[in-house]
Amino acid sequence: MDQKTGVPLSSVRRGHRVRIVEVPDGRTKAQLIRLGIHQGEYIKCLQRLPGGTMLVEKNRQEIAIGATLANAIKVVPVAEAA
Amino acid sequence: MSDRPITGNLTSQPHDHVEQHRHIGVGMPASSVGRVKLALVGNPNVGKSLIFNDMSGLYVDVSNYPGTTVEVSRGQYRSYDIFDTPGVYGISSFSDEEAVTRDCVLEADIVLNVVDSVHLERDLFLTQQLIDMGKKVAVLLNFTDELDRKGIEIDAKLLSSYLGVPVLQTSAITKQGFDRIESVVADARKGEQDPSLHGRLHTMLTRTGSEAEAVLVLEGDEVVAQRHGIPAGMDREALYIERRNRVNLIINAVLTEKQPRARFAMMFGRWAVNPWTGVPILAGVLYLIYLFVGTLVAQDLVEFLEVKLGNELWEPWIRGVVAAVVPAGSWLSTVLVGEFGVLTMTITYLLFLLLPLVTAFYLALALMEDSGYLPRLATMVDRSLHGVGLNGRAVIPLILGFGCVTMATITTRLLETTREKRIATAILQFAIPCSAQLAVVAALLTGAGFEAMLIYTATIFGVFVAIGTVLHRVLPGETSPLLIDLPPMRMPRPDNIIRKTAFRSYYFMKEATPWFFAGALAVGILQVTGLLSVWQDILAPFTTGWLQLPREAATAFVMGMVRRDFGAAGLYDLSLTPDQIVVALVTITLFVPCIASLMVMLKERGTKEATIVWLATWVGAFVVGGLLSQMLI
Repeated sequence: MDQKTGVPLSSVRRGHRVRIVEVPDGRTKAQLIRLGIHQGEYIKCLQRLPGGTMLVEKNRQEIAIGATLANAIKVVPVAEAA
Repeated sequence: MSDRPITGNLTSQPHDHVEQHRHIGVGMPASSVGRVKLALVGNPNVGKSLIFNDMSGLYVDVSNYPGTTVEVSRGQYRSYDIFDTPGVYGISSFSDEEAVTRDCVLEADIVLNVVDSVHLERDLFLTQQLIDMGKKVAVLLNFTDELDRKGIEIDAKLLSSYLGVPVLQTSAITKQGFDRIESVVADARKGEQDPSLHGRLHTMLTRTGSEAEAVLVLEGDEVVAQRHGIPAGMDREALYIERRNRVNLIINAVLTEKQPRARFAMMFGRWAVNPWTGVPILAGVLYLIYLFVGTLVAQDLVEFLEVKLGNELWEPWIRGVVAAVVPAGSWLSTVLVGEFGVLTMTITYLLFLLLPLVTAFYLALALMEDSGYLPRLATMVDRSLHGVGLNGRAVIPLILGFGCVTMATITTRLLETTREKRIATAILQFAIPCSAQLAVVAALLTGAGFEAMLIYTATIFGVFVAIGTVLHRVLPGETSPLLIDLPPMRMPRPDNIIRKTAFRSYYFMKEATPWFFAGALAVGILQVTGLLSVWQDILAPFTTGWLQLPREAATAFVMGMVRRDFGAAGLYDLSLTPDQIVVALVTITLFVPCIASLMVMLKERGTKEATIVWLATWVGAFVVGGLLSQMLI
């Protein structure tokens, strides 16, 4: 997989861990960084709701990300340990 | 915790409104000069208000921060003046809450930072930022009692040495550690700043004078930069990421995680966001709200208050008082104590109908919010609301609309963009029947049968979708994406629920009352000048010809302007066929909102936009009602 481009977060299946390679610029970026969602960080996909709203976990915190934003966040899968 | 009309995590996202005024000094009362200013700062829902209440005791002054709708509580603690600031994720100027907290922090001598132990990773970002700003900081690790259940251990001593400030473990629920708050506050000090930041600060420091402001300017805070007449820095992203990484390092060192147990609250939280399970849960929640607000408060309690206290006690008494001064039958008497009198109908309406209803709705909302259900509901409906150009957060004003459209229109403030505020306001004013009206609608529809109920619901829902979709297509711009954190499902704290409900109800009444009086006055004047009957005559042909309803129904429509339930109630006395009932109710639901919500819309959305919406409801109501009539009758 191309390390630069990655796949949209919205395409990740539940239970999978991913590393973030790209976060869209704009107003939400600062907000995302504060929540710990930025380039190089690892998150776990908890659920993909019908319509594409994503539920992710950053350590112990659950975060809901709307479909359009989840589409714009690019990630690469991480091999699951055990 | 942020206690604006809606809160928690949902309110602390950026607004498109960035505050431009300078508020230096206004956060602190003049009398406090010389006393040490202590600001309580933390993320939303960290139990900050509970700690504030405990520290400040009974004598608390809650007021809106100048120029905003955000409230700040002030109190006294030992020799300190203590301030409870709105919950924020960081110090900057993205929203009104952030602007208020920013100024409180800038003015404070000591910052008492409340942290949710269970959400260390989220909350320490703010802690590190406060330390980077060079403030004297003390940290309370709150919700310590929840750590065990979550299988988390935190080394508070190690955390304290990393941060360079005192750290105290507390539980706002059991008040564990509260006896030592005084000593950690006394021990508050400047902590370990990010080393890379330190070098950059020196040059900026000479320009702003305060270290805290220098950090904010470097982070690109435009409001603070403007105050000092210097350009905002470009380093926000780099600084935030460095801070984030530093926080992650600290967390890795101080936190150990055992295997967490799956708990019912967590499972319920998951079910609530997934439509398959979430829709039945929502149906259950709505049914409970209906039982409480719709049956217990709207019917039993309001009936007692409005009739016994309002119509039978208050109104005859005030009529007697006024009659002694103003001759009965004069125009002044009509305006003051007539059918729509300012002193009769408006007082009864406000105190005995609206206040209990609004309080009940805010109570239900506070319960949904503090339990953690509300952000999950917003998540579940996010995608559906995108169809009408809104994101999940808009579910809050839409639900409130079923209580009172005026209250809901004020709440559209929490939406992020002007575009979303416009769409939500239009939907509210058109297609959401408020509880006062809903009670009458339900009674009439029950008499008209199941088919009538179905046609009514489908038509109103169709209009809801149509308006949203059309505005979504027509208005420029895009829907802002949903981004919220979902706090754990928790049992709400009764004291916090009561405080929130009381504050919001009070704030709503304070804000809306003048408009209800103004509205009643306007209609009273229309009545004495004879314009009201002219209006009815104008509407009459549309009523009989196009809507195929009796001529008297026009009166009901005009009354709907004063109070929406009056409008619908006026239909009781007409003998209508089931089809006519549907047509009349659809028309009256879509029809112009009550005059108070028009006034609030004028204030919130401006004259031009409010006038367009208002006129459109006239046209919309008659077009849809008429088409329905042509099909049915």
